[in-house]
This record gives sequence, C-alpha cells and structure tokens, in this order.
Amino acid sequence: MNKQTRASSKTTDFDRLNRDWYIDKAVQILVFIGGISAIVFIIGIFIFITKEGMGFLLGDFSFKEFFLSPNWRPTSENKATYGILALIAGTASVTGLAMLVAIPFSLGTAIFIAEFATGKTREFLKITVELLAAIPSVVWGFIGLAIMNPLIIDIFDVPVGLNVLNAGIILGLMAAPIMTSIAEDALKAVPDRYREAAEALGATRWQVIYKVVLPAAKNGLLGAVLLGVGRGFGETMAVLMATGHAINIPGSVFDSVRALTATIAAELGETAVGSPHYKALFTIGISLFLITFVINLIADLVVRGVKKG
Amino acid sequence: MVGSNAVNEDRSLVKDGTEQSPVKLGVENLSIHYETGPALQNVSFDIRKNEIFGIIGPANAGKTSFLKAINRMDMFNPGMKIDGKITFDGTDISKVRNVYGLRSRIGVVFPLPVGLPLSVYDNVALAPRLAGLKNKAELNVIVERCLTRAALWDEVKDRLNSLGSMLSGGQQQRLTIARALSQDPELLMLDEFSIAVDPVTTMRIEDVLKELKNEITIILVTNLVQQARRLADRTAFFLEGQCVDVAVTEDLFTGEVSDQRTRDYVEGRFG
Repeated sequence: MNKQTRASSKTTDFDRLNRDWYIDKAVQILVFIGGISAIVFIIGIFIFITKEGMGFLLGDFSFKEFFLSPNWRPTSENKATYGILALIAGTASVTGLAMLVAIPFSLGTAIFIAEFATGKTREFLKITVELLAAIPSVVWGFIGLAIMNPLIIDIFDVPVGLNVLNAGIILGLMAAPIMTSIAEDALKAVPDRYREAAEALGATRWQVIYKVVLPAAKNGLLGAVLLGVGRGFGETMAVLMATGHAINIPGSVFDSVRALTATIAAELGETAVGSPHYKALFTIGISLFLITFVINLIADLVVRGVKKG
Repeated sequence: MVGSNAVNEDRSLVKDGTEQSPVKLGVENLSIHYETGPALQNVSFDIRKNEIFGIIGPANAGKTSFLKAINRMDMFNPGMKIDGKITFDGTDISKVRNVYGLRSRIGVVFPLPVGLPLSVYDNVALAPRLAGLKNKAELNVIVERCLTRAALWDEVKDRLNSLGSMLSGGQQQRLTIARALSQDPELLMLDEFSIAVDPVTTMRIEDVLKELKNEITIILVTNLVQQARRLADRTAFFLEGQCVDVAVTEDLFTGEVSDQRTRDYVEGRFG
C-alpha cells in the first residue's frame, strides 16, 4: 500500500519542473546566446561596411577599374581613380614573403618544443614564444623602421630599406610565435601511442615525426599556417611602417609597396564622411573581408578533403 | 596408461627440442623500477629460438614492463629504471648504440590497438618503407601477406586506402598485428593481443602464430590462461613483480611445479 503511493507520486514527479531543470534550461539559453552572438556580430560588421561602401558600389564603382587598375589616386584634382590592384599586390607580396619566413621558423620551433625539448628547456621556450607573441605590432614596425631599414640599405646597397623584404621579414617574425603556439598544440595533440607504435617498428625519431606525427597533425598545422596568412592580410601598423607605403606593383623584394590595410588606416581619418574616397576605402574593407572569408573557406574545404582521404 | 605414456614422451621431446635450440633472448637478474616503485624484481630466464614463450599473471605483475624493457622503450619513460642484463642473440641490449636497428628486429603488438592515422595500406607498409623498400610490387606482396596472416585481408582488401584509425577496435588490433609482422621480426612480442578480438578470429590468429613459430620466436603475454596452454611451449607466471615459475607449459598446468600460487592461478582460484 505504502509502496503503491510512493510509486504513483514518483510518476507525477516527471511533470514537475524542479530547480535543476530550470538551471539546465537557463544554461542552454545562455550558451545559445553566446554562440549566436558571434555570428550576429560578424553579420553586423559585414552589413555596416557594406552599407558605408554601398554608395560607391552603386555609383562610382567600376569593377574593372577597382580591381584591375594599379592607380590609386583618390585625391586627384582632375580625375580621381580608385584602383586597388597595386594594393592587393603589395599585401600579397608582403604576406607571401612573410609566410616564407614564418613557416620554417614556426614549424621548426614547434617540432623542437613538442618532440625534442624536455623539462626546463621546454618550459623556457614555451614562455619565450608566448612573450614574443605579445609584442605590439607598432614595436615591430619600429624595429622595421629603425633597425631593418638601415641594415637592408647597408647589406644590399639599395636606396630605400622600407620595402617588401623589410615588411615581409618583420611580418614573418611577428606571425611566427602565434603560429608556433598553434602548431605545437597540434603536435602535442597527437597521442603518444602513435609515437610508441612507430618507434616499436624501428623508426628513428625523425622518421617518427616525418611519417607519423606530421601527417597526424596535418589539420592543426594547416590551421596554424592559415592563421599566419590571415594575420598577414590583416596586419596594419607594422606593414604601414615597414613597406614604405608607396603605391607600386613590386618587381623585386626591394620595391616599396603599400598594403590594403595600411591604406585604410592612413587615409580614412582624412576623408570626408560620405565622399567617394571614404566609400572606396570601405569597399577595400569589403574586399579584405571577402579575401579572408575565401581563405578560410578554402582552408575548411582542404581540411575536409584531408579528413575524407 | 598407454595414452598417458605417449603424452609423457611427447612432452619430453618438446622439452628436449626447446633445450637444444639456441637462446634468443637471455634475461639475467632483471629488475625494473618506476618512480612509484618496483615493477619487476630479479627475473632470470632464457627464451629460446622458435619457441612460443607464454607469460601469464594478473594485472600489475610486471608483464608489460618486461616487454618494454626488451624493446628499450624505457627511452620514452624517463622514470623507468632497468637493472640487470637482457641479451638479444647474445648482445647486451643496454649497450646497443643503434636502438632503432634493435627495434626493427623485434615486433610488438600493444594491448590497446593502435591504428596509425594513415591508410590501412600505409600502416602495414610503414615498416618496410622505413627499412628502405620502395618497390611498389614488393610492398603490395608484403601488405597482402601480413594482412592475410593477421586475418584481416578479407575485411579490408576493398578499402586499403581508408584510414587505419577509422577501423573498428578489433580490426585495428589485427592491423597492429599485421604491422608487427611486416617488419619481418625475429622476435614477436604480443601483449594481450586478443583483448579486442572475437573468439573465432582469435583462433585464426593463434593458428598463424603456431605456423610462425617455425620461423621466429614469440613472446605471448596473455590474460587468458587457456590461451597460454594452447600455444606456449613454456610459460612463465608473473605475480606482483616476481617470476614465480618458469616451466614447460603442460607441467605448469598439470601441477608439476612447486609453487602453490601458480597452481591456484592456472586453476582460477585467484587473480
């Protein structure tokens, strides 16, 4: 009898919402808001820059001129031209060189920290790398301006030391620490049993790394590289200071160039809000946004492809 | 009566046979310590060429540590300290300079399956490739032979390019066995290989091991007492870091050994 009543009261309990149920719901909603807000902000930013650049897109914009003309003369009295080809070339050349510098450095350091270094050496290196990642970009720009500039002039006997080479090296050194961090995490995520299994087959340490660890960490390493590329495209202050800021399609690494981001940073403050120049700068912003988006998309597809294979 | 005589004769033959073949692996006063305490204390015995040497014993008996010591896997584990002497074909392995060369002659199958995140084909072709083999046709032959021996070929022959780490647990275990065989090892160490494999497949692999015995030496660490009885020529019983008994397997199981603990364990009274 007693048992019976207890059983029936238990059944009705299923419909009563207790404290745990409410907490669970509340946490679910909070997490949902957190997740959705990131997307909302990105869409918001995209809408904002598109709106500001819209006038130019609808009115003065000529696709052919904007993307294919190397002439960026927004303040010309006679005929202003808005061609960002030279700016794209500047950003791409600096980023490309930066990756040539950063990838070997960061992968080498990451492999050393993750696979070879032990104990105190490892801790010391990790802390040092994290410290390097925290150097502000204006300090890097200063190094480019004050140290690299005379050095390049001396060593290569060129008239100007603010050029693709300077900015590429500075940007490469700048991106290397964060790339190292991410790459090291990716290597550390490879389970030790993979290493042991390969060692048991008689693989040397380098063979273990080359044949097993690197393929296993492929996705994470690709992520590290793409983060570096993203950093290269987005970095503003250091490239503004180290490239020479001259509109130019570079023929060699000793040519000065100008980057997309640096153009926005240098000119936006001096344009009248709503003027074609102002709108053109926002259109550069849209372009940067799309370029980064496409890079991430490609990365995503590549990573998916890797997973499938 | 006649029957039991025949068994006795057979056994002595086996005994003589194993006594005569040369020592493949010599173990003298081997002790292994970790930071947390001793794992193996003062173990000595010889493992002879072309025998299956079984090691049985409950958890924490030091079986896996023993295998790690043979393969010089202590290099991975700075806290692992090895005293005593292990000889491989008469060479003291603690003095071997090219550890990689030593390991390439010893195959290991770990208790937990490790399918490397490479394709099934590359998993099995890894060891021959490490040894410098590039010829595609030869690699194909090795891959097929090893996968067949590990009783996995029929299941994976149509998807050799899919990831080894995506196979099921039992399949990964057999992949690990195939990989160990692909090294063409002189000494094969199996650490509870049947843990994730169904009984039918286990029997198939056991048959392969019996055949392999003609070519190589096998150390079989197992939790299944009956598996040791089916396969091993001689068996050692490890308990809490000590080697309680080493004897011809049938002697161990018929109780012709001195130690009461061994008898209790093989008869399932503890452990």
